[in-house]
Amino acid sequence: MARRRSALAPALWVPAGLALGLLLLPLVALIVRAPWAALPTLLSEPTVAQALALSLGTAAIATAVCLVLGIPLAFVLGQSALWPAVPRRLLRALVTVPLVLPPVVGGVALLLLLGRRGLLGQWLPFTIPFTPAAVVIAQVFVSMPFLVIAVEGALRASDRRFEVAAATLGASRFTIFRRITLPLVAPGIASGALLCFTRSLGEFGATITFAGSFPGTTQTLPISTYLLLQTDPNAAIALSLVLMVVSVVVLLTLRDRWVPGVAS
Amino acid sequence: MSLAASISVPSRSVSVDVDVSPGRTLALLGPNGAGKSTVLQSLAGLVDNDGPIRLNERMLDGVEPEHRRVGYVFQDYLLFPHLTVLENVAFGARAQGRGRVAARAAATEWLERLSIGELASRRPPQLSGGQQQRVALGRALASGPELLLLDEPLAALDVEIRDEVREELAAHIEDWGGLTVVVTHSFDDVTALAADVIVLEKGRATQRGTVRELIADPATSYVRRLVASWSED
Repeated sequence: MARRRSALAPALWVPAGLALGLLLLPLVALIVRAPWAALPTLLSEPTVAQALALSLGTAAIATAVCLVLGIPLAFVLGQSALWPAVPRRLLRALVTVPLVLPPVVGGVALLLLLGRRGLLGQWLPFTIPFTPAAVVIAQVFVSMPFLVIAVEGALRASDRRFEVAAATLGASRFTIFRRITLPLVAPGIASGALLCFTRSLGEFGATITFAGSFPGTTQTLPISTYLLLQTDPNAAIALSLVLMVVSVVVLLTLRDRWVPGVAS
Repeated sequence: MSLAASISVPSRSVSVDVDVSPGRTLALLGPNGAGKSTVLQSLAGLVDNDGPIRLNERMLDGVEPEHRRVGYVFQDYLLFPHLTVLENVAFGARAQGRGRVAARAAATEWLERLSIGELASRRPPQLSGGQQQRVALGRALASGPELLLLDEPLAALDVEIRDEVREELAAHIEDWGGLTVVVTHSFDDVTALAADVIVLEKGRATQRGTVRELIADPATSYVRRLVASWSED
């Protein structure tokens, strides 16, 4: 045999190459044009540092909220014995709506619920919109589905009979949850939490709609980046670089963690 | 010390009385699908049972599995993959509220007794089948059961090592000395592990007696076939 013939038609190489270029070249441009020398100065500018701190803080809190609320929700959804099939599937579909909903729409919806004259907001003794709390709520709204899906998937892939075995050894329900179920789905929880954090960090549409962009209180990294692009492009590029590095790090981490480590 | 149980699980068409006295391990012998595992699950409280179960002086009806003190060695062992061997064996004592140090000390003793002390820090996926079986036995015994249930304890093992593991298992059960029920479809298991037998076919007992009585006078064609192929070996 002289030469192995490629199974792919040559005509496919052109669009495939274009697709690859479209996905990768913008990132190359970002790296090439980054003001590397000025990076330390740019990132330590008060407005930039402020946005960075606000973003990291709110994303961390949003991830914590997602964990506290999302893990129980995933368990309730995963408890197939508890639910008839139809409402369970419906509920699962509804939980994932924020994944496909345009974030701006999410922000509008949050305003209509929690705004000063919102469905719930009109009864509240305090104001939520345009505060850091609103930033966190917007982030939780868009990122919670990632956690619920990751944990529920891990739960469905895990062998529930380990819980039965633990019961025969004298373990109470809470002990079983804490020492068997939770550790077995821990890889799913970890990847879900990372996805939550990244999605929260990058949140723009729902945040600017529901929380606005007040420097220091609600102006997060992506919003700051967008605004700086008009006044201080180099600072905007520096911030973009930070967001990109975080994403790549998360991607590299998940590549190893995505497959549950307990699988033998 | 004794077990007197009336097992009745209508949803699986299983109905059989099970009595065990100490030192006389009972084998539940029967073909696949006869309801053997259902009997074990009823005794352990994992499926609902209509009949009364008396274990020593306690009635187990309506008692949750975690309060029954019934140890269960599952067919595929179900060792916790995220815990070390030592943590697996210490799990029962920890779950029942004993301190970490005391539970680990007791678990170490059990591992020594089962001659697998050197495996303490390994994780279950790294163990051979025979080793996993011993850890599963140790985990069940270390939880302090009043009744030990073994579900096809040798089925998951390679044929070559079965005879050896079976002999060791018999010795460990005798050494432990508590009430034991073993489910199997192998007559080799019956002769090596048990004193009494209940033959279970389609959810009903078709023969009861000592192992010797069974060999001398098989009541059904199923038992006759098993005894015949066993005595040929």
